[in-house]
Amino acid sequence: MSQIPLTHILFLSTALFFIGVYGLLTRRNMITMLMAIELILNSVNINFIAFNKYLYPEKLNGIFFSIFIITIAAAEAAVAIAIIINLYRSHHSVDAEDASELKY
Amino acid sequence: MNNHINIALIPLLPLASFVILGLFGRKYIKTFSGVIGVGSLLISALLSLQTAYQYFFVDGKLNGVYQKVIAFKYTWLSFSDSVSIDMGALLDPISVMMLVLVTFVSLMVHIFSLGYMKGEERYSTYYAFLGLFTFSMLGLVLSTNIFQIYMFWELVGVSSFLLIGYYFDKPSAVAASKKAFIVTRFADLGFLIGILVLSFQAHTLDFQTLIDTLSKPQTIGSFMGVSILTWGLTLVFMGGAGKSAMFPLHIWLPDAMEGPTPVSALIHAATMVVAGVYLVARLFPVFSVDEAALTIVTYVGLISALFAAVIACTQTDIKRVLAYSTMSQIGYMMFALGVSKYNGEEGLGFMGSMFHLFTHAFFKSLLFLCAGAVIHLVHSNEMKDMGGLRKYMPLTNAAFLIACLAIAGVPPFAGFFSKEEILLAAFHSNKLVYGVALFTSGLTAFYMFRLYFSIFWNKEAHLHGEHHGEGSFAMKLPLVLLAILSVGAGFIPFASFVTADGAALETHIDYAFSAAPVFFGVTGILLAAYLYKTENARPQNIANTFGGLYQSAYKKFYIDEIYLFITKKIVFNCIGRPAAWIDKNIINGTINLFGNTTVKLSESVKTIQSGKVQSYALYFISGALLLAALIIYAL
Repeated sequence: MSQIPLTHILFLSTALFFIGVYGLLTRRNMITMLMAIELILNSVNINFIAFNKYLYPEKLNGIFFSIFIITIAAAEAAVAIAIIINLYRSHHSVDAEDASELKY
Repeated sequence: MNNHINIALIPLLPLASFVILGLFGRKYIKTFSGVIGVGSLLISALLSLQTAYQYFFVDGKLNGVYQKVIAFKYTWLSFSDSVSIDMGALLDPISVMMLVLVTFVSLMVHIFSLGYMKGEERYSTYYAFLGLFTFSMLGLVLSTNIFQIYMFWELVGVSSFLLIGYYFDKPSAVAASKKAFIVTRFADLGFLIGILVLSFQAHTLDFQTLIDTLSKPQTIGSFMGVSILTWGLTLVFMGGAGKSAMFPLHIWLPDAMEGPTPVSALIHAATMVVAGVYLVARLFPVFSVDEAALTIVTYVGLISALFAAVIACTQTDIKRVLAYSTMSQIGYMMFALGVSKYNGEEGLGFMGSMFHLFTHAFFKSLLFLCAGAVIHLVHSNEMKDMGGLRKYMPLTNAAFLIACLAIAGVPPFAGFFSKEEILLAAFHSNKLVYGVALFTSGLTAFYMFRLYFSIFWNKEAHLHGEHHGEGSFAMKLPLVLLAILSVGAGFIPFASFVTADGAALETHIDYAFSAAPVFFGVTGILLAAYLYKTENARPQNIANTFGGLYQSAYKKFYIDEIYLFITKKIVFNCIGRPAAWIDKNIINGTINLFGNTTVKLSESVKTIQSGKVQSYALYFISGALLLAALIIYAL
């Protein structure tokens, strides 16, 4: 069976990355922003796996890396949600625009 | 000598009193401050008497000549093998004499102040300052090194500044203290340059070596047609003239009377103001080989003596009269040094000068302390508020009379003997100096008795209600002791102790010679009695007759105004203003430019920190993309 060429996969991951960036910059809801960050991380995971598979099929470095990233992403999500909850308690909102006291 | 510790303790005890009172006085031991000050000074005075006894009668003499003894010496800063700044104690006849004088007068003033300054808010600060002054003066007197004398010289200047400005809530006192400090500092600039010139010539800062080197006949370069030695000595003398209030650097002394009266007695009559005389006497072997410098000393002294005496005749503030009288008497000491030679019989002027310094300290501090007692009673410095006080203060009256007789040179009071030696020395060397000195001694008698009669006789006293008479025992005791010395100090055979070369000098009173000064003195006294003993219109008539002369003397010959003109109009406009302009516009402008640019820059970039998380993310991502683009396309 003919393989899907690498460029297709890279195209997918790039699209995913920029969708994530777009979401991060445009959404004001912090939970949505968190989800956008997850998208970015996953696009990176796809890259790692794709390069591992296409360039060094006999090695597992890329796979380990992506597992590592998934773990970190879980931890990061926990921390981020804790921050969001605390922010909600103090500001009664999860809107990023409402928490802008830390300025000049 | 093996009593180094004792000699070191003499200046160190007042220093200890200063430190203790300065640190703890106001809070913890306020009421004992006076006792601590008096106690430390009492021990100091006893130690210096013991030192003097030891030096003059036991082991100071070698082959009939008093030696210079270095009691102890520590090298403080060493620049090279020969040039170093030492701290030590040098004993020779004049320093031992000064030691006794300073501690004694200071003790008297300390005791007097127990009564005079009682109940003052800054009582312990006052005693602390007195301690500082006494320490500095003793250090000055004992100096072994020309740089040591300079350091203590400045220290006495500082303590004088502090004490003149003691009533710092009075604007006139603040102005006076500033004036005293600035004028003497200006003079000290000359002193410092003089020190540098002399020590450059002698390759040392040590007094002994410096004097030995420079007093030998030698070829020395010249600058602007005048030998370098003369330049150096004149500059050193400028410092001395500033401290000793010699014309034309005298303007600070009358204003210095703003300080408490006991301070005037100590600093501005007996001790600090004679530092200039002491300095010239200390360097006298060098001065005596330089005719030109000695001539300057003579004429500056002579002009000051006459000039101040004339002004003193017209002043109405009793402390100012005394201040001008001090200046006049120091003028005497100066020109006596000026007409003196170094060796043997010809060193009479030196001995007379030191003798006069010694006796003057007693009767002048007595006059000031009496004036203090008077001011304490009438709460005014002006003659017109006084008169007829003899009934209220008999003791002060007697003491003041004794001091006046002493300063007028009436035998057998102390001033007669010392003035006699000075006039004799002047007579033998320069008839002009003698003539002016003789006239001045008449004037001295006149203005002192004008003062005496105006305070104690003249009109009837009009004291109202409660008054405290002459004050406490503490205020009377110094008057009595000083009065005894004002009578007795003249009988000390001074010439066998203190002379220029250390060898005893034979002096005798020549009655034929004494006739003239005594005649002038008595004439002055009688004239003063005629004019001021009872209230009458004669003084006013005379003042009117002399019109312009009286007015200009009353205005102190406009010297202050001339100084103000030079400083305000010339120095201010020609140097001060341009300097201020450069400072304001160029230097300040540059600094402000830097500051303002920074402020503007930061104003413009500060909006970047908006507090919005997403804009930060945008910057970050744009940056990352930019870097990526750079890496991909540019490299």
